[in-house]
Amino acid sequence: MAAVAESKGRGAALVMVLYLLFLMLPIYWLLNMSLKTNAEILGTFSLWPKNPTLANYRTILTDPSWYMGYVNSLIYVVMNTVISITVALPAAYAFSRYRFMGDKHLFFWLLTNRMAPAAVFALPFFQLYSSIGLFDTHIAVALAHCLFNVPLAVWILEGFMSGVPREIDETAYIDGYSFPRFFVKIFMPLIASGIGVAAFFCFMFSWVELLLSRTLTSVNAKPIAATMTRTVSASGLDWGVLAAAGMLTIIPGALVIWFVRNYIAKGFALGRV
Amino acid sequence: MARITLENLSHSYLPAPSKDEDWALKPMTLTWEDGGAYALLGSSGCGKSTLLNIISGLLLPSKGRVLFGDRDMTGLSTMERNIAQVFQFPVVYDTMSVRENLAFPLKNRGLPADRIAARVAEIAEMIGMRDALDRRARGLTADAKQKISLGRGMVRQDVNAILFDEPLTVIDPHMKWELRTQLKELHRRFGHTMIYVTHDQTEALTFADQVVVMYDGRVVQAGTPQALFDAPEHTFVGYFIGSPGMNLMDARIEGAIAHIEGAQVPLPYGYGAMRGRTQLGIRPEFLSLGTGQEGLPYTIRRIEDVGHHRIIRGRVGQADVNVIVPEDQPIPADANRVIPDPAHAHVYLDDWRVNPARQERAA
Amino acid sequence: MDKPVNNRAWLLVLPVLLLVAFSAILPLMTVVNYSVQDTFGGNQFFWAGLDWFEEVIHSDRIRAALGRQILFSAIILAIEIPLGIFVALNMPKKGIWASFCLVLMALPLLIPWNVVGTIWQVFGRVDIGLLGFTLRKLGISYNYVNDAIDAWITVVVMDVWHWTSLVALLCYAGLQSIPDAYYQAARIDQASRWKVFRYIELPKMQGVLLIAVLLRFMDSFMIYTEPFVVTGGGPGNATTFLSIDLVKMAVGQFDLGPAAAFSLIYFLVILLISFVFYTVMTREKEDS
Repeated sequence: MAAVAESKGRGAALVMVLYLLFLMLPIYWLLNMSLKTNAEILGTFSLWPKNPTLANYRTILTDPSWYMGYVNSLIYVVMNTVISITVALPAAYAFSRYRFMGDKHLFFWLLTNRMAPAAVFALPFFQLYSSIGLFDTHIAVALAHCLFNVPLAVWILEGFMSGVPREIDETAYIDGYSFPRFFVKIFMPLIASGIGVAAFFCFMFSWVELLLSRTLTSVNAKPIAATMTRTVSASGLDWGVLAAAGMLTIIPGALVIWFVRNYIAKGFALGRV
Repeated sequence: MARITLENLSHSYLPAPSKDEDWALKPMTLTWEDGGAYALLGSSGCGKSTLLNIISGLLLPSKGRVLFGDRDMTGLSTMERNIAQVFQFPVVYDTMSVRENLAFPLKNRGLPADRIAARVAEIAEMIGMRDALDRRARGLTADAKQKISLGRGMVRQDVNAILFDEPLTVIDPHMKWELRTQLKELHRRFGHTMIYVTHDQTEALTFADQVVVMYDGRVVQAGTPQALFDAPEHTFVGYFIGSPGMNLMDARIEGAIAHIEGAQVPLPYGYGAMRGRTQLGIRPEFLSLGTGQEGLPYTIRRIEDVGHHRIIRGRVGQADVNVIVPEDQPIPADANRVIPDPAHAHVYLDDWRVNPARQERAA
Repeated sequence: MDKPVNNRAWLLVLPVLLLVAFSAILPLMTVVNYSVQDTFGGNQFFWAGLDWFEEVIHSDRIRAALGRQILFSAIILAIEIPLGIFVALNMPKKGIWASFCLVLMALPLLIPWNVVGTIWQVFGRVDIGLLGFTLRKLGISYNYVNDAIDAWITVVVMDVWHWTSLVALLCYAGLQSIPDAYYQAARIDQASRWKVFRYIELPKMQGVLLIAVLLRFMDSFMIYTEPFVVTGGGPGNATTFLSIDLVKMAVGQFDLGPAAAFSLIYFLVILLISFVFYTVMTREKEDS
């Protein structure tokens, strides 16, 4: 209603402007630095680049040891998202539709994995994957990230599925649908936004995680985040390239947000509002 | 308390309305007398709720004024208008007890505790929740929650008007009847102006002294239930009020004769020449079945026995025409005509009733 | 709503079970294994019983880290929850501005955690960072590398920057689910702004707020990457939180036994506190 919206006046706008400014300033500063040369960064202090240059970005996009970091990250993130959603879908359906022996305990146990500190698992994962020859592969990181993404995906999908009336399932069975056909043809389109939200979260947590992905890789599957850390310590203070690499890691996230912007609010509430 | 006048009021939810459809409320002037029991009747989306929210001050009209007595209230807030309103779906404060819920509007106005307690007890008795006063509102059924909403609407005694926006939608039928009776009782006792929005004609006709019928953003008729039944000013009123509604047949009107499907129906008045779509409207109560040459050709399709009378569903030409036959009258097996009672026939030009007396004066 | 009992549903859960068992139970077994044994290099292990647990429990270093961790999580919750609610209340309800705010607010959440660290590391530097430089120009002494308080402030502000939007987005979703009629009824009832918040908005946000508290508690209690990048746990051990300490112990010093015992205690603490939240959460749900 117009009248309700009107009650939020200029004060609200001011709060939002200040808050968004607080969020954007550090990112802007990174962008600012990424467009400067190292000499300019260290030499003069300026709020915007005096001689904007894309040299830093060029460095990254032409050097395989840099850009392969992005490729590696994207590969294991996508693998993880696909695996997580695929196994979570039937499980979430089971939790939302049936009661079975130990269901509550199982559900809580799954959730506890979301609560496990990555630091606890770093070393055992390293040993486990080394012993079965998966060390430094994309699938190793993807599987490790399943530890917290699968429970989360189950939880989110269960929330969305519980919002779909059970009569729909029953009607479909009466109409002669088999379970797999019903699930793919009827049910999945109904919870499409839930699948989108779950995929978003899998993508997000896999993309932002560093500890496990760094521990489980050395060369072939090394993520961009780890490439950055190494470069900071090794080549000293190549601030411009570091800033450019940082800016490039923001882009996939920004793109994903853009695609799910209409579901963000409901999505972050995990479909449980 | 005061008379409420809506003066040249219109409203659009769009910032720059241009077409006729852009307006949720088309220009209207309307008066609600102090102490009246009104029903605002119409199908969903006709602008009833918009009108209600303008009266209560939740919505600022695009054009026109709202007057309480002689005072212009258009720009004033809900608080300054001192109006109570009950919404379609229950609004309760979940974390409060029933008692706190009922006391909330009084407490916000700073009434002394003893008066609040007395008033809350009275209202609780009325809505039948005296025993549940100390329960938390959260766990209650939708029924009970809506009763609390009703109670909160009625708990203030000094309001200018109480507005009800389809308040009984979620209440079960038995309770509906009881609450409506209590609302009437309350109206008799305290004499508040009450405006009751509904799309249910039974609710409107049993509650109100005056029924205001809205259609497509317009008030098409305001009057007593009897007036709405006897002389619907608009085909929508005819169709919406009555069960089944008024029969409408395309007709060519010549003076005091209506030509329908090659047959002729005499009219009580003579009509001048008219341009546009002309229809003859007659309620099923004023049609009877017949055989032979009298009346209009009729094909019976179905007979429904609803207990105290029977409804014959059939057709005259392409138009659906219903006839009500009292329980004690036989239905002739070979009935193929309907015979209208001319005294209750109305002529509609482009959906609006043609008033023969006025038309004569104009001509 | 009663769900039918069907034990064949286990078949649907099986893939998840196998996958999580592989990536959770096996490693966890390794940890348990280490926590009760000692090794002097190679593959020789000796039964150590609960010695490591005793060592960890009595370790001043770990106690100090735990103290810092609890303080950090408490500060984080105390700032981010009210601030998140406040921001959510001020967000535009719909339209292009709402989308605009949502997209910008979600942005920090999708930045890799070490980049978040890098951003703030750069931003706070007194020579090339906007924040550090400005503070120095204003005559405020600020140096997160040498000063423990400054390091704490930087890490806390960074976390607020990083995660407050999550709380705000959750609360926003809760607020969106309140029908207009509630606000209208409150105006009819002449409720003040505070009462609208107290009796309408806050109760409706309860569910999402619990999720927010739970997530923020868990993630702040496990924080590793961001402070590690900014301060490396320093100056001294001032910002060495539990995860940083644990990784130092396990990977840096290769003290597998104590590290494993530490891991288990750490995990159990989080589990215990989260279980309390979970119980409260589900009970609230059944109430309504």
